[in-house]
Amino acid sequence: MAEFLEFRGVSKRFGAVQAVDGVSLDIKKGEFFSLLGPSGCGKTTMLRLAAGFERPDAGRVFLDGRDITDLPPDKRRVNTVFQSYALFPHMTVRDNIGFGLTIAKRPKGEIRDEVDRMLGLIRMTDQGGKKPDQLSGGQKQRVAVARALVNKPDVLLLDEPLAALDLKLRQKMLIELDLIHDEVGITFLYVTHDQAEAMSLSDRIAVMEAGRIEQIGPPAEIYEAPRTGFVAAFIGDTNFLDGRVLDCPDREYCRLRIAGLPPVLGFNDRSILAGQPIALSVRPEKIHISHEEPEARPQRNAFPAVVEDVIYLGANTKYWVRAGGHRIQVLRQHARYVLDEKPLRWNDACWIWWHADDGFMLDPFRADGE
Amino acid sequence: MGSDPIIKRQEWLVSLPTLVWLTLFVVVPTLLVFVIAFRPANPYGGIGAGWTLENVRSLWTPGTLAIAWRTLWISLLTTAISLVLAVPTGYTIARAPERWRNRLLMLVVVPFWTSFLVRVFAWKSLLHPEGLIKKLLEAAGLVGPETTLLYNPAAVVLVMVYTFLPFTILPIYATAERFDFRLVEAARDLGARPFQAFRRVFLPGIRRGILIAVLVVFIPSLGSYIIPDLVGGPGGEMIGNKIAQRVFTDRNLPQAAALSAVLVLAVLAPLVGVLVLQRKSRKAGIVMGESP
Repeated sequence: MAEFLEFRGVSKRFGAVQAVDGVSLDIKKGEFFSLLGPSGCGKTTMLRLAAGFERPDAGRVFLDGRDITDLPPDKRRVNTVFQSYALFPHMTVRDNIGFGLTIAKRPKGEIRDEVDRMLGLIRMTDQGGKKPDQLSGGQKQRVAVARALVNKPDVLLLDEPLAALDLKLRQKMLIELDLIHDEVGITFLYVTHDQAEAMSLSDRIAVMEAGRIEQIGPPAEIYEAPRTGFVAAFIGDTNFLDGRVLDCPDREYCRLRIAGLPPVLGFNDRSILAGQPIALSVRPEKIHISHEEPEARPQRNAFPAVVEDVIYLGANTKYWVRAGGHRIQVLRQHARYVLDEKPLRWNDACWIWWHADDGFMLDPFRADGE
Repeated sequence: MGSDPIIKRQEWLVSLPTLVWLTLFVVVPTLLVFVIAFRPANPYGGIGAGWTLENVRSLWTPGTLAIAWRTLWISLLTTAISLVLAVPTGYTIARAPERWRNRLLMLVVVPFWTSFLVRVFAWKSLLHPEGLIKKLLEAAGLVGPETTLLYNPAAVVLVMVYTFLPFTILPIYATAERFDFRLVEAARDLGARPFQAFRRVFLPGIRRGILIAVLVVFIPSLGSYIIPDLVGGPGGEMIGNKIAQRVFTDRNLPQAAALSAVLVLAVLAPLVGVLVLQRKSRKAGIVMGESP
């Protein structure tokens, strides 16, 4: 499918802050696309550029092949679900949902039918007469979605729509949003700082940081094969081991010199050259841990370590071990914990190992607070 | 709230001084005015013995009715013009950057540093046939030398709008400042043009401020005395001037009281109207004017 909503070299500055910095991005028709990043990364500015609330300093925005950069919000076939919902307090739920159609001067009967249909979709058929301040957070959120969807926009923009809800409700609404997307088949552009939301809903995710896109891809690709240290750290947990490339004996793997450890084998998917400084990223759940030394294999990195901290979480346990001076997090999934496993205790000597394919060589990076 | 008897008694105690003050200086004099309206006048400018409907009947004369009608339309027009000017002004100040807001508000309040009477006299000299405004308009060819800017109802409306504008801007600014302008964005997002968003979302959002502004302008307008007296001339007289004439020129207190009573009722009418509206909307689930 061709690109539907397209940002081409878009930049936006607010005073001294470069909110969006030369971003190009293609979103396909019908896609559930997420912009994921920490607060201040520029994701909301991207959304506001798509909605027409901001004009880019440079670059163009296209919708279905048409340049919409200079169109005001009311001339764009795009609707927004605001983080604060922004429901009109002086109007009933019905009038809120029907607002766009009323403005478009559609016949009364048609508005009534469409609003009824939307009330059915969000399962609030009997709540149409209420005012927004009589609704719960989840209901407000659903009305906000209905109010945007009733206009049959080309793209639905969602600005952290679940951020104001508590965890339980958030999970429920997550499923509901997914169902609504499947049902209406409209392109969704979803902005969030919550990786779980983005991972569970999206067809594709763009991870943003400091006004730039770090990586675009399906959730699994973003998680399993992060391209940058920022992505690896922001999506899920990871261990970073700083070092230098010793040599690359074949095309797929490089040997790395990491202080305190024997040479470590890393997966080379970026044609990295010897001598280059890198950060090796290994996810905690990719690392195995045991009292016994594992048998040596060509692509296996194995090191002796000492258990420093243990957090038992039921389904799994988090271990922090020290190996060659590095503090490494290990996540172990339990099968039959009591019967089969000999629990690792604090200060136990142990072995950790991982397959070379699970260690990604990224540019040196330190996440905040580490 | 209020159902607890102790809290209820405390509430009464706290509001007691106000109640006493209001009773002594507002309720009792007002009732006295109503009473005097039904007494005959005596030749010495005092109040005669007995009761009469003569004063009330004398209200129903073409002269008085014309002045009552003029008082009403001048007040309505003043209120309308003030609102039309104050809503965009309040909106602009509320949307201005934070550091600018106080300066702009300062400008609104600056006229209060000068005595009200002095300002009305200033207008008088500005509108005077030899005054600055008249000369400027003449130089621009907008008015002929024959046109008089002073001593007509238009001059009264102009000076009244000037006087009441700050009182209109302040309550509207106060509600506009608390208004969630994201709602305007939401309306624009849903297809509303700027003016549609303003009318359908912003205006209902600041209805409380508008309501206060209307009361704050309309009620004092009805009772204006100094402005029509100084710039109105005979064609710009309002009920306030008539009352003064009855007291000081005709020395007929009961007739003045009858006119005053009409004015009091005219002032109470919009207040009662607002209260009824509020009760109605409260029953409908929202409190009018209360921001949700």
